[in-house]
Amino acid sequence: MTLNVAAIRQQFPMLAKQINGKPIHYLDSANSSHKPNCVIDAMSAFMREGYAPIGRSSYTLAGEASAAYEGARTKVAKFINARSSREVIFTKNATESMNLVAQSWGRANLGKGDAILLTHMEHHANIVPWQMLAKESGFEIRWVPLTKDFQLDLSSLDQLLRGVKAFSFTSMSNVLGTINPTREMCAAAHAAGAIAIVDGCQSVPHMATDVQALGADMLAFSSHKMCGPTGVGVLWAREELLEAMPPFLGGGGMISEVSLDGFTYAELPHKFEAGTPPIVEVIGLGAAVDFLNGIGMNEVRRHEIELTNYAYHALTQRYGDDITIHGPTNPELRGATFSFAFRDVHPHDVSQVLDQHNVCVRAGHHCAKPLMRLIGANATARASMYLYSDESDVDALVEALGDVSSIF
Amino acid sequence: MSNLEDLYREVILDHYRTPRNRGELPPPATCTEGTNPLCGDEIKIFLNVIDGIVQDVRFSGHGCSISQASASMMTAIVKGKSLADVRAVARRFKQLMTIEEDDGTTPADIRLGDIEALQGVVKYPVRIKCAVLGWNTLLQGLNSTDA
Repeated sequence: MTLNVAAIRQQFPMLAKQINGKPIHYLDSANSSHKPNCVIDAMSAFMREGYAPIGRSSYTLAGEASAAYEGARTKVAKFINARSSREVIFTKNATESMNLVAQSWGRANLGKGDAILLTHMEHHANIVPWQMLAKESGFEIRWVPLTKDFQLDLSSLDQLLRGVKAFSFTSMSNVLGTINPTREMCAAAHAAGAIAIVDGCQSVPHMATDVQALGADMLAFSSHKMCGPTGVGVLWAREELLEAMPPFLGGGGMISEVSLDGFTYAELPHKFEAGTPPIVEVIGLGAAVDFLNGIGMNEVRRHEIELTNYAYHALTQRYGDDITIHGPTNPELRGATFSFAFRDVHPHDVSQVLDQHNVCVRAGHHCAKPLMRLIGANATARASMYLYSDESDVDALVEALGDVSSIF
Repeated sequence: MSNLEDLYREVILDHYRTPRNRGELPPPATCTEGTNPLCGDEIKIFLNVIDGIVQDVRFSGHGCSISQASASMMTAIVKGKSLADVRAVARRFKQLMTIEEDDGTTPADIRLGDIEALQGVVKYPVRIKCAVLGWNTLLQGLNSTDA
């Protein structure tokens, strides 16, 4: 293994937890990741020693807290190679980031006769906000289909993009693990005169992200999947776009001037951060970015490729045709997220039996019902790994599946 | 090693593997759909009620062993019963699942029989919704029949 996973695991107190005297095998990181001590400690220390409201009051404490909050923003901006920290907006979660895009950029730019392009592998967060708006504004939603080997079928992309104003797509499927050719897709969008909006929830925690190299216009991701706390998400967008977009939520913090007749809004990024933000959580996210940088995102990716390879072979060698993995076979083209069917056993029953062995997987539709229909499954069991996962977690999964075999 | 015997009792697995009354009924039977949005389970209950008696009942759809076995057992027990008795059985079942309290109004002769095997589900709270999906759908169907 490239990473010293044993040393990494020691930094995650939840991973030391035992149930019924046995260790847990957490394989639900695509859903949410666990948190290292440095994140927990940074949040705790900030609340004990550094907490104050930010951006409003002028006393020393408030100034220091504001600097800490803005320092975290700078860390996040560097983490994805944004041109400026003014391009980084903190939201409640990535879902809110997508709603911000639809309600602000979408409302201002999409009307009857317009079209946007999504793909069949999107999470509900990159479908429903658009559908909600389309119901009012009457624009068309088009879809990039899938190939048989769980990739996006980009053969007709130029045709699909004709007349499209935005191409919004996931950089990595939360169900299939498929990593999409984000750079090429952004370029194709631009060639057609569309902006490229990337749902980075599954890729940003697992590989190096450079928004400038990708050529993206917007990127949404969440803190809680990348070792940070819940309660904060990120929207990055090119400054020109953010400048032209109307505010999303109104209230304190996002204004420059308010009178009985109206308001003017604040400069970026505050224009999009109405109300008291999740200050402590942003501090935690900053610590998570430091933690990931300390390990190295390329190292994380390499580790997950190795682990994907290991898991793929372990599962298929032991169970052969009894297991169907819904996703690409080449570990270079996928992340360490495995959706699978085990014989004809319902995924809930699979996860129930696995739980008996402290193997934590998600069963269900993974908030991607259109995709589930396309792959012909109402639900799948999904095992997803991260930088703290290792062969022992895979081995536990493989062993526990044997018990599923014997019960059903 | 498994403590799952309580959940996956043999009678439950039997109903799962060999469901009773699986299928559909043509109109004038009513069809009521129920879904569990959290897990994607879907069920349809077909009811043929004549003169206040459940003459025939079928279920279709897909779901886990608990939801399918529970629906199968349910159809077996409600067939031929009066609507009042069906409601009483449903209430007793929900009491078994600890989602309704026993207020003492359910007649003593209303028994669940094999269905009591589902009691093990209570130890796994996230699975209770699986067990009651068919029952809630049936009750919805009864309500629309009444209307």
